[in-house]
Amino acid sequence: MTGESFRISLSAWLDRRIGLSTIKSLAAHKQVPIHRHSVWYYLGGMTLFCFLVQIVTGIFLLLYYRPTAEAAFESVEFIMTEVRFGWLVRSIHSWSANLMLFFAFVHMFSVFFLRAYRKPRELTWVSGALLLFLALGFGFSGYLLPWNQLALFATKVGTDILGQIPLIGHWLLTVARGGDDVTGATLTRFFGIHVAVLPMIATFFLFSHLALVQKEGMSLPIGEEFQNARTMPFVPNFALRDLVGWTLALGTLVLLASLFPWELGVKADPMASAPAGIRPEWYFCFMFQTLKYIPGRVFFIPGELLGIIGFSLGGLALILVPFLDRRAAREERNKLFTAIGWVVLAYMAVFTVLAYVA
Amino acid sequence: MIDAQDSSPGGSAMSRRGFLDILLGGGAVALLGAIAYPLIRFVIPPKNPEAAATQVVAGTVGELAPNTGKIFRFGKDPAILILTSTGQYRAFTAICTHLDCTVQYRGDLEQIWCACHNGHYDLNGKNVSGPPPAPLAPYTVTVRGDQIIVSKA
Repeated sequence: MTGESFRISLSAWLDRRIGLSTIKSLAAHKQVPIHRHSVWYYLGGMTLFCFLVQIVTGIFLLLYYRPTAEAAFESVEFIMTEVRFGWLVRSIHSWSANLMLFFAFVHMFSVFFLRAYRKPRELTWVSGALLLFLALGFGFSGYLLPWNQLALFATKVGTDILGQIPLIGHWLLTVARGGDDVTGATLTRFFGIHVAVLPMIATFFLFSHLALVQKEGMSLPIGEEFQNARTMPFVPNFALRDLVGWTLALGTLVLLASLFPWELGVKADPMASAPAGIRPEWYFCFMFQTLKYIPGRVFFIPGELLGIIGFSLGGLALILVPFLDRRAAREERNKLFTAIGWVVLAYMAVFTVLAYVA
Repeated sequence: MIDAQDSSPGGSAMSRRGFLDILLGGGAVALLGAIAYPLIRFVIPPKNPEAAATQVVAGTVGELAPNTGKIFRFGKDPAILILTSTGQYRAFTAICTHLDCTVQYRGDLEQIWCACHNGHYDLNGKNVSGPPPAPLAPYTVTVRGDQIIVSKA
């Protein structure tokens, strides 16, 4: 059998069994519009790339990591100092987590400003917003795993916020911590959440998100007509451009991990004071800084409760954006939503900077 | 008409299908409950009975210089012992009333300070600035020989 005839018969064999020709024709027909905002189409793929890096490096870290209060810090120290390329794998995992959150935020804001969430892509937006929350959950749960001093207090604060919720708060806090305090029980719980529960949920929403994007194709900004828009085939033109972006992202990750290896800090000590200058990861800083400015009580309402109510409503509004913006659903521009977007972006940027300099 | 066909001879309004639906639905709910209940109970951690401390030795006389403080263990929680610049011992819980961080003594301010969200308490444990909503619970300090004993007020 010649190579060519083998290829044809293999292709026919696969086609009969998995519908290869359907997949091929889907791929051949997928088009990506070209216009002055096309660059934003790459951000979702960049976020996905970082997530894939997280899966791979995370699995490697699992080979040596031990999720107990007695051994966690030492096992990460072992990975960083004894395991060959352990420093690289762990640093890439930390850096990729941060880049993933960064790309996810940029992706979200670009989709927001381009109104790509409008009919019929509402559920694509909702699944994306839920994925962003899951990514924050990954960041929060993973941050505790090295069991260092900063992580201990970040987790105390983060879980104590849960405890402020009326009625079910204390119950939630106990479930999240595995007890009344942040202890080894919390670490074990967070480990399970980080490596099993969140990946399972995220995989479901990720596939939903990608399937919905696939179903509707790329969104065009309001005012651009699909018939008039120039397009490029997804395979191979856009996919190859994606690949160039991913290669650059991988290079950036390795560069960051090599030049700025992620610190380990000092081992968590439940009897030590919170160190001066303590702050959470940058993507939580705008909330952290806000909590600093809210006084103990505002009109008899505890300040923390006010903060958590505000952020919960903000998160809910984020999920509901496509249903709140009725004008975009009618393909009309909405200056109010653009203004709100810029105010939110400015608030997040200013408060994040304040957390570092104030 | 369907009801008339299916209704039992006793004259009950319930059809056979309706009865089976309720039986099946009720069974499904009971099954789900029987699965969910043990799992929910599993997730809630069991109470860890630890003898609540009422009195501990926090340190020895001379250990602290005036206008400094230290964290010590009171039962399972951190507490703070302070020797004021006027030579008085004070002790409080070290758990910030805001969001559970552990506070520290700031000699430069002569205040108890929480680094997490910049909360300040005075030397009576009263929350004086920043986000803390309530004062720190005070403990009683007694000096016995060269031991500093801290007990619940």
